[in-house]
Amino acid sequence: MSVAQVTSPLSIKSPSSLTRRFSWTRAREQIIRAVLFLCGALSLLTTAGIIVVLFTEAIYSFGGTAFFQSVSITDFLFDTVWAPQHPDHPRFGILPLLCGTFVIAGLGGIIGLPIGLASAIYLSEYAKPKMRRIVKPVLEILAGIPTVVYGYFALVFVTPYLLRPIFQTWLGFNVDIFNALSAGIVVGVMIIPTVCSLSEDALRAVPRGLREAGYALGSTKFDVSLKVVVPAALSGILASFLLAMARAIGETMAVTIAAGQQPRLTLNPFRGMETMTAYIVNISLGDTEAGSMEYKSLYAVALSLFVITLSMNVLAQWVLKRFREVYE
Amino acid sequence: MTLMQSFSELMHQRQQRETVKRSRPVETEVTKLDVRNLNFFYGDKQALFDVSMTVAERSVTAFIGPSGCGKSTFLRTLNRMNDIIEGTSHNGQVLLEGQDIYARDVDVVALRKRVGMVFQKSTPFPKSIFENVAYGPRVAGQKQYKALVEIVEQSLKRAALWDEVKDRLNDSALALSGGQQQRLCIARALATNPDVLLMDEPASALDPASTARIEDLIFELKQNYTIVIVTHNMQQAARISDRTAFFFQGYLIEVDATQKLFTTPTKKQTEDYITGRFG
Repeated sequence: MSVAQVTSPLSIKSPSSLTRRFSWTRAREQIIRAVLFLCGALSLLTTAGIIVVLFTEAIYSFGGTAFFQSVSITDFLFDTVWAPQHPDHPRFGILPLLCGTFVIAGLGGIIGLPIGLASAIYLSEYAKPKMRRIVKPVLEILAGIPTVVYGYFALVFVTPYLLRPIFQTWLGFNVDIFNALSAGIVVGVMIIPTVCSLSEDALRAVPRGLREAGYALGSTKFDVSLKVVVPAALSGILASFLLAMARAIGETMAVTIAAGQQPRLTLNPFRGMETMTAYIVNISLGDTEAGSMEYKSLYAVALSLFVITLSMNVLAQWVLKRFREVYE
Repeated sequence: MTLMQSFSELMHQRQQRETVKRSRPVETEVTKLDVRNLNFFYGDKQALFDVSMTVAERSVTAFIGPSGCGKSTFLRTLNRMNDIIEGTSHNGQVLLEGQDIYARDVDVVALRKRVGMVFQKSTPFPKSIFENVAYGPRVAGQKQYKALVEIVEQSLKRAALWDEVKDRLNDSALALSGGQQQRLCIARALATNPDVLLMDEPASALDPASTARIEDLIFELKQNYTIVIVTHNMQQAARISDRTAFFFQGYLIEVDATQKLFTTPTKKQTEDYITGRFG
């Protein structure tokens, strides 16, 4: 067959096919493209909307009614009393709320991070495939329990049947019915699945060759896990820690129920505390007058919370990039 | 020049080199490893069939054969590296200085300290050069920093890497070139003070210059270590080994002095393989 014969049908057709004409196929492609773009843009717009609202209610509004246009940022950051409801002298020092948030998230971290990492090491290095098939779904169930259930569990089980017998009856501390420790414990349990599943992914991504090299140098399984695999997966593990802590800080229902609603600047884990999220719940559900300072303080607190969790997420991304070891 | 002739040529060059190198008289051979009727299985699939051979102390033994012939599997039975693969089993014996390494009372961790291993792909840990070499002694319980410094220096010198890295021991090992990384892995293996060194195609991912350095190194190391090396490269086997074993489809077809195996093989399959008729 000659070359001319092959090309001739094409050369006849090509002038018309190059001209752009309406076609349903192309129109459909365009519509699909537009719909997909809108879906993507929706979440972006929502985020932007939230930021705009937070900004105008908290920092600066042209009518001059934003929170920080009445309360100085120094008072907000350094005053040690949070009493927005006080009839004569309301005070807006966020420290008690920050303290509550970080004490509870810290306790949660102390409990949840090591257990989460240890279970990740177990699943990735020790568990037989059959065991892994059982444990992983169970962990996911743990992640699927509504957080309000955790809060209730802390209030009606952890405090009266665990903390009070040990710390009050036995060791003589005074344990409030609403207390930070019970909240910290359930938050710790809550973040275990996050830490475990993300860390396990990081551990399993460590190439097999590194493990073999470790064994060939006379390591025990524990040596290989702790001195070879964990350091090699460090970036993923740290990122999982940061994401889990961001989750602990943003946790709302469980800590509202378990730790109560008294803004208190203390490090005593047996006292009730109020977290930033719990305060937001408090104001949102209460009959606070819209437009009042108390109402606007909600936005200031929300903005603070947003800044904290956002920076933790950004930090997690940075850690992942900065400390990632590249394996071909 | 035919292949056989080229091998004879290689042998000749080597003999000249060895007479220069080896001042001490050739000692009577001491058997280091003695493998008896070894069968090995991945699950139901048999990978090694009734392999028996011995490896002499302070010698280089090369395993050659086409891909999938079982040479790497066999190498990995010598330090029980296959133990960490799920579902493997074996029967037969592997004796290290007369002791069966698969016996019930053998401590695998101790075994692997005596029988070190270097892999095809260099596997430096994502740590500093120093920490890589110090890893073995550290897990063995060496805590004194001074002792570690000495071991690291000695091991790097033996692996012919010291001069290139002595000023940057705290740099990441991953910053080294491919050839340097492989010599680092050799240094790391030497740091546990093994007497046998297993090498699984240690130069197959390296450029010719780096390969030559590794080969020189192997030549040096055999003064003190028993070396078993798997290689794809028959010229390499001919250049560096004292004895060569040819594996095919899970069987040890022939094992003999390298010179003899490459010039006058007794089995047809061996001859076909080394003359390039297959594989």
